[in-house]
Amino acid sequence: MSSAKKPVVPHDLFPWKPAKQAGMGPSKRLVVAHAPYWHDGSKISTKNYHIMLAALPAVLMGISQYGAPALGVIAFSMACAIIWELVMNLAMGKPFSVGDGSAAVTGLLLGMLMPATAPWWLVALGTFLAIVVGKQIFGGIGFNPLNPPLLALAMLVISFKDIFDFNNALRHYDLGFVMTYPLADLKAFGPAAIEKFSPGGLFMGKQAGAVGSTFGLGLTVGGLYLLLRGYMRWEISLSFLAGVFVTAWLFNLADPAKYAGPMFHLFAGYTLIAAFFLVAEDSSSPANFIPMLIFGALAGLMTVLIRNVGAYVDGVPFSILLINLANPLLDKIRPKAIGKVVENA
Amino acid sequence: MIKRSFLGLVKPRLEYNSAPDPVQDLPVPNTVTLLLKAAQNGAASTACKVGDAVKTGQRLAASSDSAEYVISSVTGTVSAMAPYVDAYGQKRTAITIQATGKDEWDDVFDKAPTLDTALKFFEYAPGDPSFRAFADPEKSIRTIVVNGMEQDLLLTANQYVVHNEASDIKRGVEALKKMTRVDRILMTVSENLVQQASTTGAEVKTVPSAYPGGLPHMIMKDVVGQVVSADETLADTGAVFLSAQAVAAIGAAFNTGKLPITKVLTVVGKDGSTRNVRTRIGTPLRDVLKACNISVNDRDRLILGGPMRGAATYSEDLPVEPGTDGIVVQDDADSAQTTDYPCINCGECVRICPVKIPVNMLVRFLEARLYEDAAAIYDLHCCVECGLCSYVCVSRIPIFQYIKLGKYELSLMETAEAANE
Repeated sequence: MSSAKKPVVPHDLFPWKPAKQAGMGPSKRLVVAHAPYWHDGSKISTKNYHIMLAALPAVLMGISQYGAPALGVIAFSMACAIIWELVMNLAMGKPFSVGDGSAAVTGLLLGMLMPATAPWWLVALGTFLAIVVGKQIFGGIGFNPLNPPLLALAMLVISFKDIFDFNNALRHYDLGFVMTYPLADLKAFGPAAIEKFSPGGLFMGKQAGAVGSTFGLGLTVGGLYLLLRGYMRWEISLSFLAGVFVTAWLFNLADPAKYAGPMFHLFAGYTLIAAFFLVAEDSSSPANFIPMLIFGALAGLMTVLIRNVGAYVDGVPFSILLINLANPLLDKIRPKAIGKVVENA
Repeated sequence: MIKRSFLGLVKPRLEYNSAPDPVQDLPVPNTVTLLLKAAQNGAASTACKVGDAVKTGQRLAASSDSAEYVISSVTGTVSAMAPYVDAYGQKRTAITIQATGKDEWDDVFDKAPTLDTALKFFEYAPGDPSFRAFADPEKSIRTIVVNGMEQDLLLTANQYVVHNEASDIKRGVEALKKMTRVDRILMTVSENLVQQASTTGAEVKTVPSAYPGGLPHMIMKDVVGQVVSADETLADTGAVFLSAQAVAAIGAAFNTGKLPITKVLTVVGKDGSTRNVRTRIGTPLRDVLKACNISVNDRDRLILGGPMRGAATYSEDLPVEPGTDGIVVQDDADSAQTTDYPCINCGECVRICPVKIPVNMLVRFLEARLYEDAAAIYDLHCCVECGLCSYVCVSRIPIFQYIKLGKYELSLMETAEAANE
């Protein structure tokens, strides 16, 4: 109780409590942090691991169909993506971000979009475009304005037409079903040429195409898993599918002899992988409800427009990239915050 | 801690704890520390000096004409007075009183039901009531809301009071009507306390049981039906919120003639177990934790308030204040950790925000320290500070902290501008 005129020193946290009186030795060091002290436990890495898990059925189907080359493309693509991310972390002096799984997801998705016959250098180049050009130069995860795997795919499709000509690329494979690329047939010969494809067959993966994008059932099961677990925004996925369906249906109604039906467009090419794994990529798509619906529907509409009247066989990469650009604008459509003061100038 | 549900599509629903635990009365502590806000001009406090004898219920004001005061909760001698700066830079004087163990009451409280009495004696009552809006000629207060809801998860102190001290609340409501001349007194409670609340004479309204339905801004919107806009305070809309505990304390004071000196609070252990205790205002946290058999180790968190909106503090020597509705002890292993990862724009925060703020954009502006734009374009001032955005953030960005920082920086700018004019 000798608390007479002791000068108060700044580092003395409890000047009102003489040290002797505390009598408990050095005080405990508690951790001070800002509220909230609870978190729901979600993590970026968990989210990405779940995306990879959901993609597995489609990937395994691709590997079972095309064998070791497909496995090679997928594995090399993931490895390259992770290495490019690491290289960019080192070059830019940023903390290592490979552990969050986002590079691995980008690599996996790009691999799924490539033909099994893609040469190694194409995979290395594609992952470079996806990780470095598509993501890291904008600042890394969360900053990419465009979907990285689709940006890479679009560049590759334009630059190396022959490799992405699935009819030519897969000419040595005979998997027991029609080995022509359905969308290429449609583009070249019109709806009469695609009567040999049944929607059920297409959905079950009986179509030529990229490693991981042909097995509709697997993609749908994986996609529904992601939607229900909340790892993908169902609003975007479902509105994209609706956009594809409605647009294709309207075209088909207008001229059935010239345009294929909606079921064909849903199950052929990249539609399902785009719907469940690509179009709802976080940073390049909106977060508000109405913008999400518009975004998905517009992407679906553009996809069918490009397929039906555009120059390219499949419209998916270009339509989604185009709509990605509209994302900042679309996300301005948002509900008025409660209590917001509207100034009438 | 409530984790993300398996079906992540479903929004997490955090329910208030609606089962008040019985109250354990704690013995009178050996010392109490009262944190007195500094006198308006920043001068050293002349409330008392070391060695002074004080009685229970004695009013210690910062200076003779200051509106800031504390009410001594024990009888004893002032053993120390020291400056203290709280988490938001607010300057205080910490007055430590060595208690004798016996209460001798100061009879300064005269039970006159006037606004002056409220201003002079009840601003240090449990629940931190403020009556300044009634005295402010620019505000016209038409409604008093007696809030029987908690300000955070896990806590049940207010609900305990509604459940067990409804007669005190009734007396408090009558006294409030006389002191403030406000006729409309609402009482907001959870559904299971409607019966007790209806005996208090106030107009009873129920509040949804999901967090953050009990926060004043949400009650204004959902129950009163009047949205508090971003550029006004609650008092600007003509409403004053008082916690049920404060009103019960006022009622008890008019019943007994003794000023309120105790406080009911919920103590949450590391295992999440809750209990309620009644203790003197100013009791060191150490004494409360000891009575509850909770040990605190290095790197643990000691949180004043609740898990969503509380304030982690750095010492067990800090006292229970009138506004401390709970103490949460959290083990190092259970603590939520934040990261400096960027926003990935997943939109979880946008979907959970109770006032529809575009948090994904707001946090980008706050990270870039563009506070004025954050307020003008992205609704910073609409935030009701519930903390749900940080709770669901997949990047674990300390969004809530950014929001509070932004508001604080803006308030500094406004103060500086006002000083320049």
